[in-house]
Amino acid sequence: MNLIAQHADWIYLVAAVLFILTLKGLSSPTGAIAGNRYGMVGMALAVLVTLVIAPSPNFALIGLAMLAGAVIGVYRAKTVPMTQMPETVALMHSLVGLAAVLIALAAVHNGDQQHSTVQRIELFIGCFIGGITFTASVVAWGKLSAKLAAKPLKGGWVKPMQIALALGMFGFGAHYFVTESLSSFWIMTGLSIVLGYFLIAPIGGGDMPVVVSMLNSYSGWAAAGIGFTLGNSVLIIAGSLVGSSGAILSYIMCKAMNRSLLNVIFGGGMGGDDAAAGAAGEAVQRPYKSGSADDAAFMMGNADSVVIVPGYGLAVSRAQHALQEFANALTAKGVTVRYAIHPVAGRMPGHMNVLLAEAEVPYEQVQEMEEINSDFGNTDVVLVIGANDVVNPAAQRDKQSPIYGMPILEAHKARTVIVVKRSMSAGYAGLDNDLFYMDKTMMVFGDAKKVVEDMIKGVGH
Amino acid sequence: MSTTANVAHAATETASAVATSLPVEQLVQTPFVATFTIFVLAIFIGYHVVWSVTPALHTPLMAVTNALSSIIIVGAVLQTVDIGGQTITLTSVLGAVAVFLASVNIFGGFAVTSRMLEMFKKKKK
Repeated sequence: MNLIAQHADWIYLVAAVLFILTLKGLSSPTGAIAGNRYGMVGMALAVLVTLVIAPSPNFALIGLAMLAGAVIGVYRAKTVPMTQMPETVALMHSLVGLAAVLIALAAVHNGDQQHSTVQRIELFIGCFIGGITFTASVVAWGKLSAKLAAKPLKGGWVKPMQIALALGMFGFGAHYFVTESLSSFWIMTGLSIVLGYFLIAPIGGGDMPVVVSMLNSYSGWAAAGIGFTLGNSVLIIAGSLVGSSGAILSYIMCKAMNRSLLNVIFGGGMGGDDAAAGAAGEAVQRPYKSGSADDAAFMMGNADSVVIVPGYGLAVSRAQHALQEFANALTAKGVTVRYAIHPVAGRMPGHMNVLLAEAEVPYEQVQEMEEINSDFGNTDVVLVIGANDVVNPAAQRDKQSPIYGMPILEAHKARTVIVVKRSMSAGYAGLDNDLFYMDKTMMVFGDAKKVVEDMIKGVGH
Repeated sequence: MSTTANVAHAATETASAVATSLPVEQLVQTPFVATFTIFVLAIFIGYHVVWSVTPALHTPLMAVTNALSSIIIVGAVLQTVDIGGQTITLTSVLGAVAVFLASVNIFGGFAVTSRMLEMFKKKKK
């Protein structure tokens, strides 16, 4: 025990290196599994060392809390459907935020600890970032799991409200800093928790992929903030790794949606239900071609190459497994099948890749936008299924379009396009899609799963 | 323990030569600039490592970073302590709840990440 205590900082260093290797492992699916194990080892080391060096720790309370947490965490991890990953991750962010708040509150009430001026600032920062992360993540969870309305909270009072809360939070924080008043610290914490709600409630459901990434970042900064208070390097390192990871993911998501981070945070743009755009789309009735699942299956069965563009609609109707069965049937006929994934195809970064992996789609068949976009011109048939805005050519052609400049999958360059959709209604951004009206496009209406199952039968004979 | 004490003693001596008015306990603590250096360098490492993550694994990345940010459990454990011989204090209860929340995340985060990674692995062959 004594030996461990003497070398505590060295063991923390090993843990920090293992955490870096965890992230590094994720550059390939094979390395990732080993990386995940490094992470577990690092975490176990850090916790064990802390138990040894903590002054008079209450092992019974700690053990009980860990056991309960482990049971709930593992149970949830084993049972959660992959379609619900976004809201699960949001919920996990909220736990980190709340834990940071509780630790800061515990620390200010700890009679055995003196807090220097620097530590008081750090406690304040760790606490308010945690408070904001907590409620903001709960709102994101609610919107993603449809327990709260996806519609943004609107009104002229929202922005002044945010500013007032933020000012109040900093004011009481400053008062605590000067006087060490515990009640000021509690009020500051309360205000940060309310502020978290008002920061995310005005953001529409369509922007949640960005929000979840951003809160991922916040949860890291909250951990780093607590690390500063404790002067603990492993907390600071792990927190910063997570903080920068979330920031990069937010950037990637924003780029894929052609939005700036400020634009998402402060509102505007695609609200998800812009009435004007929707009305304009319905006003003009344009001719389009439609066909049956059998026709579609016949066309793809006779093609050399097929690229499938899946969107979230696919996951909603749980058609991934059927789709993979269909792809296998095509492959058996000698057709080259690949999947093209837009960065915002799912509800969080990389979500569609996980959904396809769950359906046992081979990793090599799944390609990212940059890899596959130049190949669409040489593709016989593109099957767009449950996707809309990510294949809208207006993003490249129409300067007036709200999505102009957004990177898209260039499905319109293929020789033939088949679109599986429920109806001609507009997509998430409320925009009409020129792709649906092209001469080479055939619409197949119906529920994605039903259509794909019919296509499997169609390709069989 | 003696080496630690020596180092601390030496640090106290050096520092007290500079600023005699500061209390000893602050001098033996890591100076803010040292922790801040770690912070800045870790951000740089994070930046470079995360850009090398393949986009296909961004969801596992978010799940595992969730588990990693729950390293905050270290702070929670340090508060779940007996204070002045008392077991149940506001501090220890808040600390224990934080240990619980962080544990849900640690175990859940690593478990769900390995579940996802298994899905990717099966398809490799």
